[in-house]
Amino acid sequence: MNTSTLLAASGAVSGGEAVTFWILAPLALAGAIGMVVARNAVHSALWLVLTMLSLGVFYVLQAGPFIGMVQIIVYTGAIMMLFLFVLMLVGREASDSLIEVLRGQRIAAIGLGLGFAGLLGSGVYRATQGSTPLGLEQANAGGNVEGIARLLFTDYIFAFELTAALLITATIGGMILAHVERRKEDKRDQVATMKARFAPGNYPGPKPGPGVFATSSSVATPARLPDGRLSDRSTPDILPVRELTAEETTLKGTEK
Amino acid sequence: MNVIAQAPSLSDFGHDPWWLVLGKIVFAFVVALLGTLLGVWFERRVVGRMAVRPGPNQLGPFGLLQTLADGLKMAFKEDILPKSADKVIYFFAPAISVICAVTALSVIPFGPMVSIFGHQTPLQVTDVPVAVLVVLALSSMAVYGIVLAGWASGSTYPLLGGLRSAAQLISYEVALGLSIVAVFMLAGTMSTSEIVAAQGSTTELTLFGADIQTPGWYALLLFPSFIVFFISIVGETNRPPFDLPEAESELVAGFMTEYSSLKFALIMLSEYVAMVTMSAFTVTLFLGGWHAPWPITIWSGANSGWWPMLWFFGKVILLVFVFVWLRGTLPRLRYDQLMRFGWKVLIPISLVWIVILAGLRTIDDWDTQSRLYAIGIPAGIVLLAALFWPSRKAAPKPTLAEQVDNRPPGSFPLPPLDLQVPPSPRTRRMVAEREPANAPAGQDSEEV
Repeated sequence: MNTSTLLAASGAVSGGEAVTFWILAPLALAGAIGMVVARNAVHSALWLVLTMLSLGVFYVLQAGPFIGMVQIIVYTGAIMMLFLFVLMLVGREASDSLIEVLRGQRIAAIGLGLGFAGLLGSGVYRATQGSTPLGLEQANAGGNVEGIARLLFTDYIFAFELTAALLITATIGGMILAHVERRKEDKRDQVATMKARFAPGNYPGPKPGPGVFATSSSVATPARLPDGRLSDRSTPDILPVRELTAEETTLKGTEK
Repeated sequence: MNVIAQAPSLSDFGHDPWWLVLGKIVFAFVVALLGTLLGVWFERRVVGRMAVRPGPNQLGPFGLLQTLADGLKMAFKEDILPKSADKVIYFFAPAISVICAVTALSVIPFGPMVSIFGHQTPLQVTDVPVAVLVVLALSSMAVYGIVLAGWASGSTYPLLGGLRSAAQLISYEVALGLSIVAVFMLAGTMSTSEIVAAQGSTTELTLFGADIQTPGWYALLLFPSFIVFFISIVGETNRPPFDLPEAESELVAGFMTEYSSLKFALIMLSEYVAMVTMSAFTVTLFLGGWHAPWPITIWSGANSGWWPMLWFFGKVILLVFVFVWLRGTLPRLRYDQLMRFGWKVLIPISLVWIVILAGLRTIDDWDTQSRLYAIGIPAGIVLLAALFWPSRKAAPKPTLAEQVDNRPPGSFPLPPLDLQVPPSPRTRRMVAEREPANAPAGQDSEEV
């Protein structure tokens, strides 16, 4: 770290740093483009992971090893993993459709995006051109991690704590919105479940399967009980019991 | 003994010639591969002994070559690519796992400064000021291997395994990170070599008039952290009893169900390398790294030269044995139990312990009296709270008669509770309906 700190402080770019940058910068860019272009949501997330990993290495290159590692652990390791988790729940086959709803919006978006990137890039380039980096050595004097810790717990303590409170509030809000809590006395334990199952009026056995006849293998076909009646319990609740016509309910050619 | 002179610091890194760097990298890689070869054999033998059977004992002495044979067999098997698989990701997922598991070994200190062909160099590939975070980052990247393997297989069981693993590993990573915080607080650094060096100093304890040298290992000083950390790495490496992503009784083989041949071998490799890496990481953080354990420290040369590598690997093997022991002993947790344990037990314990430790560190340089106050008052409050905590009175158990009375109408008839057999109603009826004995013969009555 010492060498890289010194080099970064003096504004010079060492050979190793330049090589790493020129390898990773195209990769990061490819990740960004791939994220937009990829049609599969999981592929898109993985392209973003590539960009984030490259960013982490860039931070390390810029003599900020702590923030680089945190970038990889928090963003790549935890947040993108949660994204993936949700995307995997959505299903594998979910892909973007290629149908353009707004006419010409894709071309407009590409044009505007390129224009914005050009403006931003040239602006930053013009602003930083020829300036020499200052104060990196002092900032990293007692070690990078210690420097960040000192700032966080002195100058930025309120910002830090407020951010923490905001995040906690958001988390708890999300939990309250999503969480259905049953009261303790409403929760049935194993014994109560079994008692309810064998209570009078409840049939403890499994429900009969739907009926399978020569003319139908549909789950909507109710099963016949031993006495010939149809059983409502054999069909799913959301399906209406099929009304059988009089012709269907009569026995077929056996009563002559 | 000159422990301090032997312990490398951050400034000792980065001066090696290229061949030495290459040699160290190859050494770490060989450790990973050998660790897998021997680890599989070791696990099968130990689990075998625990199950009162010999385990693999045919190939080579003590069956040592069994894993090698299995590995060769796997390489020559047909590589099946499922039709519905996402080909690129399916191909890369095992590689991600292996790369992350092996790379983590690069910041593990195997030993102190040694002389190799005249070069004074630490027995560690490299060290950075955030080396512990590097290991954490790699272990969080290794999750991708498992999750993507599950997703890319394109079938249900692997997907379920991948989903489980994503949630499990994120949960246990939190506890893992929190338990390491205690180590950072005591060591004051995140570099692995300096953490090991910080555990080298011994503290004198006077017990019953005898001076006892206690090692400064964080497993002793930070016992709660050590326990939480070890449980978390068992969860992090998907080892039993936390092996839900590959629960073979529920999910066939979990995320690796569709894998075969070399790709399956890579997944196995990553799993065992991760076990070795995480054991080495535990040794580094909590068990004094390459420092010799107590009886050996009597010999003054124990912590210099190449000997420490022996102590280091001895400790690693001990921890791997614990991993195997857990597998041979504990049944698999249910998924909700796993989550509840991670979030409601491990994380709160870590948080409370960090707060206590921070408090203890703060009052470290106070004078004795205020230190007593600072410890005594909170401890007293906690004790009082525990003493006067309102406990819910258990509802009285209903008596048998009440239970019988409270049964809903139409319940199944109960046998008599006093165990007196009542006279059968049928007997009474039969007696009443019996025809007189002097009835004319031949006039048979119907059967009652």
